[in-house]
Amino acid sequence: MKIGVITYPGTLDDRDAQRAVRLAGGTPVPLWHADSDIKKVDAVVLPGGFSYGDYLRCGAIAAKAPATQEVIKLAAQGLPVLGICNGFQVLVESHLLPGGLIRNEHQHFVCRDQKLRVENNETAWTSLFEENEEITIPLKNGEGGYIAHPDTIKMLEAENRVVFRYLDVNPNGSMNDIAGLTNERGNVVGLMPHPEHAVEPGFGPDTPIAMRSGTDGLKFFQSVLKVLVNS
Amino acid sequence: MESRRPANVDTVSDASQDQSKSQPWKELGLKEDEYESIKEILGRRPTSSELAMYSVMWSEHCSYKSSKIYLRQFGEKVTPEMKKDLMVGMGENAGVVDIGEGMAVTFKVESHNHPSYIEPFQGAATGVGGIVRDILTMGARPIAVMDQLRFGAPSDPDTARVVHGVVDGISFYGNCLGLPNIGGETVFDKVYQGNPLVNALAVGAMKHEDLKLAKATNAGDLVILFGARTGADGIGGVSVLASETFADGGPTKRPAVQVGDPFAEKVLIECCLELFNAGVVAGIQDLGGAGISCATSELASNGGMGMKVQLQDVLLRDDSLTPEEILMSESQERMMAIVPKKHLKEFEKIVQKWEVEYSVLGEVIDEDRLYINWGDQEIVNVPPRTVAHDGPVYTRPVEYPSYQEALNANSSKHLPRAEDATELATQLLQILSSPNQADKSWITAQYDKYVMGNTALAMPDDAGMVRVNEDSGLGITIATDANGKYCQLNPYEGTKQALAEAYRNVAVTGATPKAVTNCLNFGSPENPEVMWQFKEATAGLADGCMELGIPVTGGNVSFYNQTGDIAIYPTPVVGVLGVIDNVARRIPSGWQDDGNNIYLLGTTYDELDGSAWAETIHQHLGGQPPKVDLQKEKQLAELLQGAAVQGLIESAHDVSEGGLGVAVAESALRFNVGARIWLGELMDRDGVDQTAALFSESQARVIVTVGREDDVKFQGLCEARGVPVLRIGVTDKESNSIEIKDVASFELNEVREGWAKTLPELFG
Repeated sequence: MKIGVITYPGTLDDRDAQRAVRLAGGTPVPLWHADSDIKKVDAVVLPGGFSYGDYLRCGAIAAKAPATQEVIKLAAQGLPVLGICNGFQVLVESHLLPGGLIRNEHQHFVCRDQKLRVENNETAWTSLFEENEEITIPLKNGEGGYIAHPDTIKMLEAENRVVFRYLDVNPNGSMNDIAGLTNERGNVVGLMPHPEHAVEPGFGPDTPIAMRSGTDGLKFFQSVLKVLVNS
Repeated sequence: MESRRPANVDTVSDASQDQSKSQPWKELGLKEDEYESIKEILGRRPTSSELAMYSVMWSEHCSYKSSKIYLRQFGEKVTPEMKKDLMVGMGENAGVVDIGEGMAVTFKVESHNHPSYIEPFQGAATGVGGIVRDILTMGARPIAVMDQLRFGAPSDPDTARVVHGVVDGISFYGNCLGLPNIGGETVFDKVYQGNPLVNALAVGAMKHEDLKLAKATNAGDLVILFGARTGADGIGGVSVLASETFADGGPTKRPAVQVGDPFAEKVLIECCLELFNAGVVAGIQDLGGAGISCATSELASNGGMGMKVQLQDVLLRDDSLTPEEILMSESQERMMAIVPKKHLKEFEKIVQKWEVEYSVLGEVIDEDRLYINWGDQEIVNVPPRTVAHDGPVYTRPVEYPSYQEALNANSSKHLPRAEDATELATQLLQILSSPNQADKSWITAQYDKYVMGNTALAMPDDAGMVRVNEDSGLGITIATDANGKYCQLNPYEGTKQALAEAYRNVAVTGATPKAVTNCLNFGSPENPEVMWQFKEATAGLADGCMELGIPVTGGNVSFYNQTGDIAIYPTPVVGVLGVIDNVARRIPSGWQDDGNNIYLLGTTYDELDGSAWAETIHQHLGGQPPKVDLQKEKQLAELLQGAAVQGLIESAHDVSEGGLGVAVAESALRFNVGARIWLGELMDRDGVDQTAALFSESQARVIVTVGREDDVKFQGLCEARGVPVLRIGVTDKESNSIEIKDVASFELNEVREGWAKTLPELFG
C-alpha cells in the first residue's frame, strides 16, 4: 500500500512520517507541494512543521498548494487523509475539518508527552484502537488551541467526531479538550499531537516500562493499512 | 520606482590621488597602528569600502587577535593518536570527526552574547541560525542543537525580560528549523546581569565523501550570492556589538541587531544539501558576521585565489544602501557559493525549485587580489589574505589579579554546617529548589526534542544523544559544561573541570568521548587580569585534552563580556562529543527498576568551595575549586563503557553541582522511583562528615544502579579497573520517597513540587 507524505517548504516531520509508514508495513511516497500529481497513492499524510513559516496563518498558504488541492478533491471521494499538527492546520484551512487553531493559551511553544483518549475508533486512522483507549504520544506546537463556534462544537460532540481528547493536562487551551477530529465520513483525521514520533522503541515517549519506549503512534498507520487492505 | 542607489563612492583611484583624506578608522573600532598597517599593505589609504572590510574583519570577533597566541596550543598539545579520527581541525567553519561506518560529524559552539542583551529574542534566534549555517557549509546535514545560557540574578527585574526573549528566540528559530534541541545549560548569577551569555551549539552529520571545504580554488568559477536579500541588518554589529561593552548611561553604539527568518533558513538548508548532493557547487560559505566582506575574502584566501565581484549585482531589500553598508551587512539566511560555469544551469534549477533568490556577483581569478566594483568604479583592490587571515595579532599584557589571593584564601571551611538532621534536610531541599539546581523543564519544554525521530537522550539527561545511522544504530552524544564560579576561583583548574564534567557526562551515557569544542566567554582582553584568566583557562583546556587524549576541533572566543569595568566570571563552555556504536545500548540517568543496588563510584573529599551549598546556604564564593584528576576520569569512563557493553548497569548519573544529594534526587525524580540511601560507610571510608557526603562537589564521581544478578560481576569490574566503589543504597519503587538514613525521609511528591515550581514561579 502506498501512502503519500506531502512536503511543503518549511515542512519538518516529513521524513518522520515516512519512517512511520514504513515501520507500519506500508510504502511511503514523498509528494511535492507544487506537484498536483499525487502518484496514485492509497492514502495521504500531511506532516508537521511550519509550512511557509506559518506566515499569514498556520497552514493557510499550504492549503492553496496544488498537491493540497488534489487531496481535497480526492478526500471527497474517500481518500484517507491524516493531518498531523501543521497538517491538521492545513486541513482546517482547507475546510476539510471545521474550526480553527490559535496560539496556545499560555503563549509558549510546548513539547511534552501527551496523554490522549481515543474516543472514536471507527475512522480510517484509528480502527485498531480500542474504544476509549488511553494513549501517550508527543505533542509539540505553538498554535494548537482548538476553537470553533459553540454550535460546531455541539455538532462535533453529537456526531462523535471528536476522535482524540487531551487527558490530565489540556496543553494549549483547546475547547472541550479537543486534540483531534474527523470528518463525517471518517476518512479525514486531523490532530495536534504527533503519532509519527511514537512508532519506534527508544525514540518515543517514556513509559512506565522503559525510557522512550512508547509506540502508541504506530497503530494510526497500521489502522489505515488494514482499512485499505480490507477495502 | 526610482533607484536610490548611491552614485558618489570613494574609489581606488580617489584613494590613490587623495592620500590625506581623514577617515573614521577610530569610530570603526580600529587602532591607529592597525590603520597604519592597512595603509602599508595597500601602499595608499584604503577606500571607505576597504576600510569597512578591514575594520570588521580585523575586529576581535572575526580576527581572534587577542586570543590567537593562546589558541595555538590546541593545535600543538596533541599527539598523532589524538588526531587520527580528526578529518578537519581548527580553522575551518567547524571541525570534522570520523565516527566510523563511513560517517563523519561536525560540531561547534558560538556565542551571541551582546546582541542577546540588547534584543534577546532576535539575538538568541540568529545565534541558532548562524551556527547551523556554519555546520551546513561543511556539507553536513544539521541534526541537533543545544544552548548554553547564563542569565543575571533571578530576583533582578531585568532578568525576566532577557530569559523570556532568549528562550522564545531559541524556541522560535530552532523549532521552525526542525532541529531537535537535545540539551544545554542554564545558570543564573548576578555577574551576568548586564551581560547574559547565549551560546549555541549545532551538530551535523555526513558521509565521508560529502565533506566540503569553503574555498575557491578554480579560476573562472562563478561567485553566487543566494538566500535572503541584503538589508541594513546589524551593520557593523559584528565589530561594534561584539567589541564594545555596555557602559552605564551615556550614548552607546547600538546598530540594528540582525533579524532572523527561520523559514528562509530551513529552505536554505534543504536547498544547500540538494546543491551539494547534485555536485554543482565547489564550496559554500555562510554569511554571518562581516557578511560579504568575510565571505569573499575568506573563500578567496582559503583557496589561494582572487576574486572579481560586481557589488551592484547584490539583491537588496533597500536600494539606498551604500557599498560600505552592503559589504558589512549581516542580513541573515544568506550563503555564497562557488559554482563551476558548466554547472550554472543545474544550480539555477535547484535554487528555483526551492524558490530561493540568487545573483551571480562575479568570478574566481588566478591572482592574489580581491577586486570589487560598484558599477564601473573600482572600490576594493586588496590581497584577500590580508583581510581574512593576516589580521593583527596581539600579545596582551597579563597580570595575576589583585583580588585572587584573598579570594582563594577565603575558603568555605569557616562556614557553619548543619547542626542536626533537620537542618541538613532543609538545606537539601533549599538547594534542590534554588534556581540553578531546580527543574529546567519550564525552558526545555519550549523546545522540540522529537523532530527527526532520532533523539535517544535529551534533557534532563546528562547528555544529548542522537542516532546517526538508522540501520546500525550508530550515534553520537554531546555534553557541554562550564562552572564560572570554579573558573573565577581558579581558571586553570576550573576549565579542566569543565572538560572533565563534559567528558564524564558523555561517558555516563555509555558513549566513548572523541573530540572537544569550546566557546570561551571572558571579559575585556584589554584588562590584564582578564587576560591572565584567559591564559590560564586555555592552558587548562589544552593540557586537559592532551591528558585525556581527545583533540580540540575548533571553538569560539567571546571577549568584552562585562558591564562597565566588571567582567563576568570566566565561562569557558567546553563541549565533548562521544560516539556510541548502537544507541539502543545507551544508559539512562534515572532509576526505573525496583530493588537495584545504588553504587557511588569515586572518592568523596571535603570539597565545598564554590559549591551550590556554599552559594545557596551561605551566599559564599571563595577558596579553591574541587581538584581534577583526569586519570581517574579516564578510568571511570572506561569502566562505564565496559559495563555498558556487558549490560551491567541500569542507570548512571554524574555527581556534580549540588553533590550526591542533588544527584540522588535527580535520579529518583526522572521516573519517580524512590530509594533508601545510607551515608555511614561513605563517611567512614572517605573521612567526611554528613554535609560533605551530601553536598561536596568532588570530581570523578558517578552514581550507578545495578541489578542484583549483575552485582558480583560489576563489583569485580570496578576492582579490576581500580575504581573506588561503594554501595550506598537500593532503589524502592513502592516507597515513593527518598529515605536518607540518619537525615530524613523525603516524599517524592514534595521534593518534586519544590524542585519544579521554582522557574515557573519566577518566569511563568
